[in-house]
Parts: sequence; C-alpha cells; structure tokens
Amino acid sequence: MAEAVNDLDCRDISKNFAAFKAVRDVTFSVPPGTFFSILGPSGCGKTTLLRMIAGFLEPTSGDLLIKGRSMLDVPPNKRPVSMVFQHLALFPMMNVGANIGFGLRRRGVAKAEIAKRVEAVLERVGLPGAGPRGVDELSGGQKQRVAIARCMVLEPDVLLLDEPLGALDLKLREHMKIELKQLQWEFNTTFVYITHDQSEALVMSDQIAVMNHGVFEQVGTARDLYYNPETAFVAGFVGESNRFAGKVEEAGGGTLKVRTPSGLPLMGTAAAGSLAVGDAVDVFVRPEAVRLSPTSEGVAGQPNVSSGLVDSVLFNGANSRVLIRDAATGGEIDVALPQTGEFHSLKRDDPIHIGWDTAQTLCFAAAGEGS
Amino acid sequence: MNASGKRLTLILLMAPLLIWLVALIVIPHMEILYVSLREKVGVREYEFGFANYMVFFNEPLYWNTFMRTAVMSILATALTLLIGFPVSYYIAKLTRGRSKTILFLLCLIPFWVSELVRTYGWMILLRESGLVSGFLQYIGLASEPIEFLYNDAAIMVGLVYTSMLFMVVPLVTTLDSLDDSMIEAAYDLGGGGVSVWREIVIPHAMPGIVSGCIIVFMLSLGNYLTPILLGGKDSLWFTGLIYSQFITRFNWELGAAFGMLLLVLSSTIVWAGLKLSGQTLTRTVGR
Ligand SMILES: Nc1ncnc2c1ncn2[C@@H]1O[C@H](COP(=O)(O)OP(=O)(O)OP(=O)(O)O)[C@@H](O)[C@H]1O
Ligand SMILES: [Mg+2]
Repeated sequence: MAEAVNDLDCRDISKNFAAFKAVRDVTFSVPPGTFFSILGPSGCGKTTLLRMIAGFLEPTSGDLLIKGRSMLDVPPNKRPVSMVFQHLALFPMMNVGANIGFGLRRRGVAKAEIAKRVEAVLERVGLPGAGPRGVDELSGGQKQRVAIARCMVLEPDVLLLDEPLGALDLKLREHMKIELKQLQWEFNTTFVYITHDQSEALVMSDQIAVMNHGVFEQVGTARDLYYNPETAFVAGFVGESNRFAGKVEEAGGGTLKVRTPSGLPLMGTAAAGSLAVGDAVDVFVRPEAVRLSPTSEGVAGQPNVSSGLVDSVLFNGANSRVLIRDAATGGEIDVALPQTGEFHSLKRDDPIHIGWDTAQTLCFAAAGEGS
Repeated sequence: MNASGKRLTLILLMAPLLIWLVALIVIPHMEILYVSLREKVGVREYEFGFANYMVFFNEPLYWNTFMRTAVMSILATALTLLIGFPVSYYIAKLTRGRSKTILFLLCLIPFWVSELVRTYGWMILLRESGLVSGFLQYIGLASEPIEFLYNDAAIMVGLVYTSMLFMVVPLVTTLDSLDDSMIEAAYDLGGGGVSVWREIVIPHAMPGIVSGCIIVFMLSLGNYLTPILLGGKDSLWFTGLIYSQFITRFNWELGAAFGMLLLVLSSTIVWAGLKLSGQTLTRTVGR
C-alpha cells in the first residue's frame, strides 16, 4: 500500500466561473516520476485545472491530493508543487542566482547553503556559473532552463508547466521538447505539462490526458491515444485523420457498413460502444493507413477500395501527402505518400487506386459534441 | 542627403526645444542669479556681492522657514506615497475594465476645478463654522465650534490632496506593467505577502515611486496657495517669503536670492533621494 501513493490525485474536480463550467468532474492520478501531459484545444480549461492544482484557484467541488494529502486548505506558497509559467515569470529585478535562490531564501536556508544548491541546480540544467548573469542576458532556451531550475531547486513533489514552450520559435521548441524530457528523467520528478500542441505531448509524455470543454475525453499513453482513440474528439484531435460523416447500413460480426451522404461505402469498426443500423456516425481514417496503388489489383482484397485522380501532392520530405479526389463522390482523401520510391514521380491528375483496412476505419456515434 | 543637410535638419528640429530651453529656463534663471548677486548701496546704485545671501543665513526666521518648508514637503511626499501606493495597487492590479477607468477618473476629478476652488473646498469643511466642526457638535463629540484650519495638519491635508494624482499616475503606470504571473510565481515559490511586496512589487515599482515622489515634492515645495489658505497668514512657507519680498517689500534682490536658494534646496534633496534609493534620473524618467 505504501508505495501505491500517487504524487497527484484529482477527484471529481470542477470549477465554475458563474454559470460557465470551465472544468467538469475531472478525475485522474499521476504516479511518481511520470511525465503527465494535458492536451486540449485553446479554452478547454487546461490552465484553470493547473491553477487549481497550484492553488491559485479554488475548486468549486472535488478533492485534490498530493502524496495522499488533501491540498484544499493549503495556500499556494505552502503546497509542495512548483509552477513554470507560460511566460516564465523570471524576476527581472534579480540576477539568475537570486531568482533561483528566491524560494530557498523564503524557507530560511543559510546563505552558503543557498549558494551551493543554486550552483548545483544550475549545473544540472547545463548553465554552470550563470548565477551572476542578468535575466535579460539569457537566450530563450536558457531562460526556460532557469525557470525550471528555480522550481526544481525546491525539490517539489510535482512540477506544473503551463505551455512553457509556447513563446519559443519553432526550432528551439523542437530542441526544448527533447531537453525537457531529459530534465524530467534526470530530476525524476513528476511533471504535469499542459499544451495544445499534440506533438509536444506525444513526444514527451508517459501519460496524456486529452481535454475538451472541461472534461477529460481519454487518458492513456501516446500510443493508446493514437491507435485506440475512445472518442471522436480524440480521434480527430490527436494526429491527422480523414473524416467522413455517414449512417450505419449494416452491423454485425464486429464490422460496420457505413455509407456517406455522397454514397461512398465504408467498412469499419466501432471504436467505442456499440452502434446499430441507422445510427449517424463519424468515421476516421489515418492518412498513413491508406494504401496507394497505380492499379486496381494493387489494392484488391482491401475491404475499402476507391479510385480517383491525384488532386495535389503536398511535398514535405518524409511527411509528404497526396490529396486524392475520389472518382465516385468527388470527396477528397488525404493519404500519406509512401517513401519507398515507387510514387516519387506522382503528379496532379494521375489516376490512382487506394484501399484500406476495416480495423483502421474507426466509427464513433456522431451525437454529443457537434464538432 | 549629405552631411551638412542632415545637420541643418537636426538644427531646425531642435530649434523650438532650444528656444524654449534658453528663453524660458536659462535666461530667467540667469537674470534671477544676477539680481540676487546685486547689493543695494544707494538709490538705484548697486554693486556685486553676497549680501542678500548673508541676510538669509543671519536671520533665523528665514532659515527656519526654509527648513520647515523642506521637512513639511518631504513629509507630504511620504504621506502621499503611503496613501497613493495602496490606491494605485488597487487600481492597477485588483480592478479590471470599467471600474478601473472609473476609479482612475475619480482621482482626476478634483483637478477639473482650479486649485483655489479645491482648497476653498477644504476651508468649507475645516473652518470653525464648517461641516466637520458642525457635525462633531451635532453628534455630541464637541460642545463648541472647533477650528481645524490654520495649523500644520491642515496644510498637510491640503498638500497631500493636491498632490495625490501626481503620485497615483506614475505608480499605476508602473504597477500596470508588472505581470500578474510574476506575483503568482513569487507566491508559488513560497513567498508570503511581505516578501512578495518587498522583493517583487516595490522593486518593480521603484521608477514610478521615485518619479512620483520627485513630482510631489517639487509641487509641495513650490506650492503657494495651499499653505497660505489652509495654514493662515503665519503659515511660514518659503514661497510665501519669496512672494512677500517681491510683491510686498519690493526687495527683488532678496527675493531672487531666496529663489536661487529654493532651486538649490530642491535639487539637493532630489539628488539625495535618488542616491538613497539607488535610482538614476535617466532610469526613472526614461521609463
Ligand atoms: N477568471 C475567469 N472568469 C471567467 N471565465 C474564465 C476565467 N478564467 C478562465 N475562464 C474561462 O474558462 C475557460 C477555460 O480557460 P483556460 O484558461 O483554462 O483555457 P486553456 O485551456 O488554458 O486555454 P489556452 O490554451 O488558450 O490557454 C475559457 O473559456 C475562459 O474564458
Ligand atoms: Mg492556458
């Protein structure tokens, strides 16, 4: 029992702003040493949730435990959590060393000890000797590391990060993604990281919660979310997908036959819950799940086949895409361009055949979220 | 454009500023300095000397008034800061949108009327037959009319009231630029109310504090109406002395010497204040 204590437990946490429910009955647990990401579109309540954990907002209902201890009555400056703010909030009136030492000074640690610990943590984030430098003299990535060092020097149980990479340019963001993961691994501290950038979440996290309109849609590993989305929102939000609306025509034996309004028949599987004939469904097919072939024989035997003309080739190196206009319905399908060589000369208006599997065709009931 | 052309443009652009500086600031002060260094030896007969300044140093009344004005002005500045800071913090950090604008306007409203009217308002409140005295009698706290006017406290009230806006405006501006997440970060790292104020809020607001204090101090030191009206004839304010030398006694030479002394005094105190607070004029005014 003793080692089963989670670093963070949220139990039915809700937050209402007047009549508006920003966070609704969110429940999750974060075991020690986990990189836990909360992924969701802008305005879904991520910051609100994080600020409740940090103690800046009081939950309307629910309980919040850190290392098994309820935090509801603990003010933010007494909670064993630290937060890295979106714009870092380094104190410009202090140098790097004073910034990092701020928390230790508040705890009444002796001066010599503070200097020692500050230097040690600076070394760990790869900025040895940066203590006397001014905050304004640092690059974006260095500021990031100082902000993390300022929190980590206090050895918090949980480190909260609110889109800390949002303000960085693309290249640095890619770099910091890897560095953050390494830092988390090195400090072996639980990170709760919020972002609206799915690639950040997918690359770094052990566990990801996908949030939408104040609720957690699904919690799982990156793989889970990508391959086995439980809701239409997750299927659409995590990774790229072709999306079709349709109606179930036949159901049975685990396979559904769906027809889109434009007449395209699709063979798919119900990803969550059971679907009956006549149900309106949303169907998701990943671009990389679709097989391309210049001839119809090449895709023969696939449960879903179609043919059309190449509408455009979106070349982007390894992530290149082909947009194919379906001959029968005129709809567009987004297909990943295989890098095996045979399609390198593909161009606009080339005839092409496509096919994909039933298991890769995920159907969700189209009620609820209108999106 | 060639070099001389650029130079000409620069000169033309700077001309209004230079004219203003020379005509309205440098020349009058040169003139005052010149007048203050004249000794009257006979009818329309003058010679160069420091006699006017010696009068000041040899007459305790002048000297005391001088010090009193400085101390009262410093006190008024400190009081204005003490009252203005929480007010500014409230306006800048704890209100949003419309209520912020309204509160800011409320600070501004007293300045829509002239200083005379504003000060007269205080006289209506504080005089023997005034509202405060009447109210105290009405509720039975006083048995006879009380005179609140014509003392130092009344001067102080008037000075603080007159100066408040000039403290609040720079403070609100600097506090506005303090990112809320900075304060939250300080709390998050274990800071309490006092340490957050001492280490984050006040250092950030320092340029605003200093510029507000300079303005308020200068305004108080140079104020003429408020001390005379609220402090009475014997209010002993240095600007009052200068006025009486120039206007009542026609002793322009002594008045000019007093003027120069006031200039030196205010510059010295501002300089000392900047040194004490570790600020520089460029940093404060440059914000
Ligand atoms: N103090 C508040 N009063 C009223 N509504 C609020 C308040 N704070 C947030 N909200 C609302 O709650 C919702 C969630 O806000 P939140 O800041 O948590 O979003 P977010 O997921 O962090 O979005 P982003 O990715 O844009 O930062 C938003 O619709 C927002 O308008
Ligand atoms: Mg946010």
